[in-house]
Amino acid sequence: MNLVTRQTLPYVLILVAGVFAPFLFRDYSNEIAVLWLMIVFASTWDILGGQMGYNSLGNIFFFGAGMYICAIVQIGLYYDVGMYTSGARTTHIVFTTAQYFTGFALGTVVAGIGAAVLAFVAGWILFGLRGPYFAIGTLGLAIAAAELTASWEWVGAASGISMPVFPYGPEPQKLFFYFLLFALAFALLVFLRWLYSTNFGLALNAIRDDEEKAEAMGLHTRRYKRTAWAISAVFLGIAGAIFGNMTGFIEPRDIAFPTTTFNIFMVIMVLLGGKGTLWGPVIGAVVFHTIKEVTWTYFLGWQFIALGLLIVVTIVYFQQGIVGWLMEKYPKAFASGAKREPEPALGVGLAPHAEGAE
Amino acid sequence: MDHILENLSILAAAPVLNVGLLIDGVLIGSIFALAAYGLALVWGVMNVKNLAQGDFIMLGGYLTWFLGRHHVDPLLGVPAAFVLLWGIGWVVYRLVVSKVITRDLFTSLLATFGVAIVIQQSLNLAFGPDTQSAHSGLPTLQLAGGLVTVSVTRLLGFGLAIVLAVAVIVFMKNSRMGQAIRATAQDSRAARVLGIDTEKVYSFTFCLNAAICGAAGALVALVWNVQPFLGTTYSIRLFVIVTAAGFGNLPAVIAAGFGMGVFEQFGGFLLGAEFQQALIVILLLSVLAVRQWQYMRVRQAVQ
Repeated sequence: MNLVTRQTLPYVLILVAGVFAPFLFRDYSNEIAVLWLMIVFASTWDILGGQMGYNSLGNIFFFGAGMYICAIVQIGLYYDVGMYTSGARTTHIVFTTAQYFTGFALGTVVAGIGAAVLAFVAGWILFGLRGPYFAIGTLGLAIAAAELTASWEWVGAASGISMPVFPYGPEPQKLFFYFLLFALAFALLVFLRWLYSTNFGLALNAIRDDEEKAEAMGLHTRRYKRTAWAISAVFLGIAGAIFGNMTGFIEPRDIAFPTTTFNIFMVIMVLLGGKGTLWGPVIGAVVFHTIKEVTWTYFLGWQFIALGLLIVVTIVYFQQGIVGWLMEKYPKAFASGAKREPEPALGVGLAPHAEGAE
Repeated sequence: MDHILENLSILAAAPVLNVGLLIDGVLIGSIFALAAYGLALVWGVMNVKNLAQGDFIMLGGYLTWFLGRHHVDPLLGVPAAFVLLWGIGWVVYRLVVSKVITRDLFTSLLATFGVAIVIQQSLNLAFGPDTQSAHSGLPTLQLAGGLVTVSVTRLLGFGLAIVLAVAVIVFMKNSRMGQAIRATAQDSRAARVLGIDTEKVYSFTFCLNAAICGAAGALVALVWNVQPFLGTTYSIRLFVIVTAAGFGNLPAVIAAGFGMGVFEQFGGFLLGAEFQQALIVILLLSVLAVRQWQYMRVRQAVQ
């Protein structure tokens, strides 16, 4: 196999799988759609967490922000948002087909842009923080967003917003949103493949390896960090806009800014698959989502305890992830395709007290 | 916005209300200071930021509530929680923390976050998601013609918190183990060279921290309430306190704990209870922003 086929083969496989999956497994098309969402989650988290070495615990903020921005645009184009979301509303509101699709398209675009702007603003405050301070700060951002949205009457507060109804019925709706999420994930993977091969990708790796030196070499690290976060925010914002319309109902704590589910899934999927690699997050997402969907209902309420245990076990005992483990085991197979050396396990060479100490 | 101004004018019109809020803030702040001290201890000694801190508190609180429900005096919950959490702390240390202590900080942060999720969900499964509170059956004092109410339980909690804090501080200053802990915090390598079993020190410190949290949690159940998912809020509060004070600075940690209590009482009164969590998180972000700004000034000075 020559290099070009090796590099395009995964994309062809994904394309084939993505296009045929909803027709082959008709009953599971929603679950597979969420799988593409999970791949978006994991891959966008890895831009910062894996490639740049900034572990965010609050990336879900952009997902939820995109969801709400899209909803506000969709509704606000034709009606008064406060009236639409008020609990006392008695009028039945109908969106025509044209209104629905104009609103949705515009809302998605605005959600992507809005999320990127928010990432720039948040990055301005948060990117002076290093290591665990950054992680806690971003977690704080996500929780603050959830709590503030939950007490903001204009967007329906804690009781959320019922989104406009998809005009063509439930079956086409499933397929429509399935293909949107699939297209987003596919576009993201193509984009990341390109991004990591540019100087920008190298700059991110330089920041991860030694930020002080990167700065001394003349990299404007802050600008790179903010741009990288804005890139993940664009994709997360769009994903949020799509997912909000897919579920048909949005609400701050469990759907838009779920800090203990989707938010932590991102991290766990990347760690499981192998951080700092292009395919690690994808593999992690597939493995995690499959296991989760198959076993979730059999846990009878114990599933979140199992999730916590999975986090602990992965981080304590299996930190290099699946791809990292394969690289260690079969270094030759990765020698020609990948330029980089196998990822050293997180934290090697970092003695305690090495960073974050004031 | 209107109700904030309205509440402000209430405070201005009846200054004695301020006194009430202040007293409540200090009484509750003592509990924060206690648990924040534990966090600062672990942070300083083994450089682990324990995100399960708030959940240890909730465990202690639930034990006290559980005892109270089975007709045991909930005041006994304080020593009981101390002992139980010592054991739980030991298990968590053996299974998780000891494995991540030499790894980078995000690893320990995420590992303890995993522990936090396990504890929250277990509590939720065992006792349900309702808010619970242990009643000691002690009366409430009415001062200044009923405008200021001070519950005896809170006073008692305050007293217990002080006793515990003094005991811990005396222990750290005078006992052999306390000295070893402080030596390890200063320089773990040198401590090892000098024959201190740092592994034992780490384990002891973590257990002690968990036990302090347990006792603090028992007080929380007595004077306030417990709920499985409140743990994260406590963790963030403690993180704010320690970050604002600096983990090596014990008096500042305690002062910041009291400050947090008072701030929350006033914030809660002005904005309404539903903003409590948002308030804490926003405080976190502002503390981090200020720290960063200070950092930037130091950097410019170096240039």
